[in-house]
Amino acid sequence: MPIESVNDFVVRFANVNGSGSASANQLFARAIMRMGVPIAPRNIFPSNIQGLPTWYEVRVTEADHLGARGGTDLMVAMNPQTWDKDVAAIEPGGYLFYDSSRPIPASKLRTDVSVIGMPLTDIVNREYSDPRQRQLFKNIIYVGALAALLDIEIGVVETLIGEQFKGKDKLIAPNHRALHIGFDYAKANFACPIGLRVRRADKVGDRIFVEGNAAAGLGAVYGGATVCAWYPITPSTSLAEAFERYCVRLRTDPDTGKRRYAIVQAEDELASIGMVVGAAWNGARAFTATSGPGISLMQEFLGLAYFAEIPAVLFDVQRGGPSTGMPTRTQQSDILICAYAAHGDTKHVLLFPRDPHEAFTFGAQAFDLADRLQTPIFVMLDLDIGMNQHLCAPFAWDDARLLDRGKVMTHDELEAGRDFGRYLDVDGDGIPYRTYPGTHPSRGSFFTRGSTRDRYARYTEEGAPYVDNMERLLRKFETAKALVPPPLLDKAAQPTRIGVIHYGSTGPAMDEAVRLLGADGVHVDALRVRGFPFSHAVTDFIADHEQVFVVEQNRDGQLRTLLLAECGIDPAQLVAVLHYDGTPITARFIRREIAAKASVIRTPARREVLS
Amino acid sequence: MTYLAKPKFHHPAIELNDLGFTHRDYEGAISTLCAGCGHDSISSAIMRACFELSLPPHRIAKLSGIGCSSKTPTYFLGQSHGFNSVHGRMPSVLTGANLANRDLIYLGVSGDGDSASIGFGQFAHAIRRAVNMVYIVENNGVYGLTKGQFSATSDRGSKSKKGVMNADSPIDLVTIALQLGATFVARSFSGDKDQLVPLIKAALEHKGAAFIDCISPCVAFNNHEGSTKSFDYVRAHNAALNSLDFITGRAPITADYAEGTTQDIALHDGSTIRLRKLSLDYDVSDRGAALNHLYQVHASGEIATGLIYLEDDSSDLHERLNTDERPLNALAEADLIPGAAALARINAGLR
Repeated sequence: MPIESVNDFVVRFANVNGSGSASANQLFARAIMRMGVPIAPRNIFPSNIQGLPTWYEVRVTEADHLGARGGTDLMVAMNPQTWDKDVAAIEPGGYLFYDSSRPIPASKLRTDVSVIGMPLTDIVNREYSDPRQRQLFKNIIYVGALAALLDIEIGVVETLIGEQFKGKDKLIAPNHRALHIGFDYAKANFACPIGLRVRRADKVGDRIFVEGNAAAGLGAVYGGATVCAWYPITPSTSLAEAFERYCVRLRTDPDTGKRRYAIVQAEDELASIGMVVGAAWNGARAFTATSGPGISLMQEFLGLAYFAEIPAVLFDVQRGGPSTGMPTRTQQSDILICAYAAHGDTKHVLLFPRDPHEAFTFGAQAFDLADRLQTPIFVMLDLDIGMNQHLCAPFAWDDARLLDRGKVMTHDELEAGRDFGRYLDVDGDGIPYRTYPGTHPSRGSFFTRGSTRDRYARYTEEGAPYVDNMERLLRKFETAKALVPPPLLDKAAQPTRIGVIHYGSTGPAMDEAVRLLGADGVHVDALRVRGFPFSHAVTDFIADHEQVFVVEQNRDGQLRTLLLAECGIDPAQLVAVLHYDGTPITARFIRREIAAKASVIRTPARREVLS
Repeated sequence: MTYLAKPKFHHPAIELNDLGFTHRDYEGAISTLCAGCGHDSISSAIMRACFELSLPPHRIAKLSGIGCSSKTPTYFLGQSHGFNSVHGRMPSVLTGANLANRDLIYLGVSGDGDSASIGFGQFAHAIRRAVNMVYIVENNGVYGLTKGQFSATSDRGSKSKKGVMNADSPIDLVTIALQLGATFVARSFSGDKDQLVPLIKAALEHKGAAFIDCISPCVAFNNHEGSTKSFDYVRAHNAALNSLDFITGRAPITADYAEGTTQDIALHDGSTIRLRKLSLDYDVSDRGAALNHLYQVHASGEIATGLIYLEDDSSDLHERLNTDERPLNALAEADLIPGAAALARINAGLR
């Protein structure tokens, strides 16, 4: 039986990288969103410029399930290279849309899916003579055909084309024509609409549709960052580029053209973090954007920044590791390397945004935290958040908000004779005062170094001052617990002894999985961790549940390891649910794993949480 | 070794500069380097140059990497903020610091191990970016702190203290700096204060990347027979290009530049450096000729010292980035945060 579904299905486009399909596919997705139906699109792309297979998936979800679902209801198969795999991925009863210009043997088709063949190549060859036009308009033609097949309002697509080519008005009419070629052909030749349909709804509200990297880059603007030093690396590159784009618009003096920011594309990751450290030492808000391999290279400087207590913000857009790993696939596998970056005893503050909204919010907040705590702050994005467009709450800003520059002793305070010792714990919170270079002619200068020193920043190799300093750093880390974003609890409808901990981009799939599990009779309380060090609420949550699943996207259960190491948890109490093939985790996967493991969980006597 | 403070008493008639400071105000902690280390002479020259230019010590930021040379900022300009970063990475830290506050004076101190080996890349990129700084390499051709290994500037055929012959070709940082576009390039010798002090003064007044390679013999590991960076060797093979005198002034002076006469070269800020030309065909404003001259002098077994290249119409990184005239670290909310209204417009464009 063909699948019948309104506003709840998955369309996947299989294309060839570099064929110009991306903008057409996005046009398709945005048209559905403009009809008020939530969408969750995802790119699946190769580490390649042209020629290799690429996919674009659009989940149409009136129920607002924004995580990846898994499975494909309608495959738009435009890449012969991946034909077999693409056809096999269609759900039974699903649909296959393909270019039928060349005959496909029956053995290459499935009998349990509806096959819709449209001679796209023949049509474009007839309509266009220019090879590039043939390629680009073929994409628009299939969007037009899909609009007819799925009952998408053609006027909405036309409006979007008008917006897309605003300022290049000559391109609007040819694109509208291509769109109608496809639309009219489908109407004339197929039974439109098919079982999958889009119906206008009012479920999008005031939400925005934006990439996580763009949101984080904008967050850096609002966080007051003035220095960005970076080195290109997938999937973080678009973050630095977004920062620059927004700065050009928002931070350039309209009269003089002078820039209230500085961006340097460094020679490597070592230099980029070095520049960040230098700029932050000198009182600017500075950041870098990188990914796992870059974090590996930055270790030495991160140890210096931790020990010398220099603010820094790092946006780590995680990808599949280790080594070069899967450069264009997503993971959450930099947790431990960031938490404990550098040799010696170090601990770093991590923030875990879930979507672009939090990428913006945490992105801005990270600069306050870095200045407040005088230490590196890692904003742990991943490719799924960073390089995909997501529906999320609109960005918000309170104009009364002031930048928290932390404990900076001013010229006047120094002049008034206030005692200054760079590493004195004046307030008992482990956070010392600092001065910016050049502040006062005779007071407040100090020497910054990665080697040990006393409370007045004087070099010493004595053991006692070293221990004193290291203990103070631990006090500072304790202070950080109350400053990082608190975890959020999604409590089950009825009391349960099963808990789930998750973080970052797992959130949307987890929300859906909780509902699916509840429908199965498996009730779980879900806690979304948003910062490290873990607040006491995390420890309490674990203590309050018999068994806690830790759902994450890496092989070794890195957050679980961190919980065990930092919270003194009995390892048996934390059950890992791990997804790490490079694709975003799905609600189906989480549901299956937890349902299977929860069913075999015995109910032993309550375990005591180790203190 | 712990921090050693220097006693503050001094002669009541000690010389004062325009700021009313004595040269003691430019000192730092007591040096813990070996007695006779060339680096201490360089520190002394830095202090003298800053004193004579009447620079406020607290407006100078001194940054270094790791190694004997990189320890030296502790021993001068005690009222300046210092930064002893990681091995070879001082240039990036200095670049970042400079981006944050263009109003300070940046002094980068490095060594041959620091800049020609682990930090070769960072050295090159800071120079080519025209970071406004004085970058001094205290070049002793040896790893002192790890007791005597060859560095990348050790000459081929020179001997270590243990008698081992260096088989590798040296990196000449002066040549590299010239090729990378440095707008002030000099070489000097730690034992030649008459030459070094005016060079440092001129470099401090220069806008852009000013590089000084200063040969600084290591008394512990590279001051023996067979070394090409010993006191005796350098004194015997020093070929000074010019005798120098630095004049602070605001009106550029143009002068003929003939053999045996002086040449005043206007620096970007209006101050002037006076050169005494010793060679008929040497011109400090010709980058290509400077490179050629270095090759010729080197081939003859000599070491060219003095001001090797100067571009008086130089620029710096901030100029290239077109950054605000105000220090970026001094910008406040109104300068930085676009506000809720701008965010509302951005939101509207994302629907």
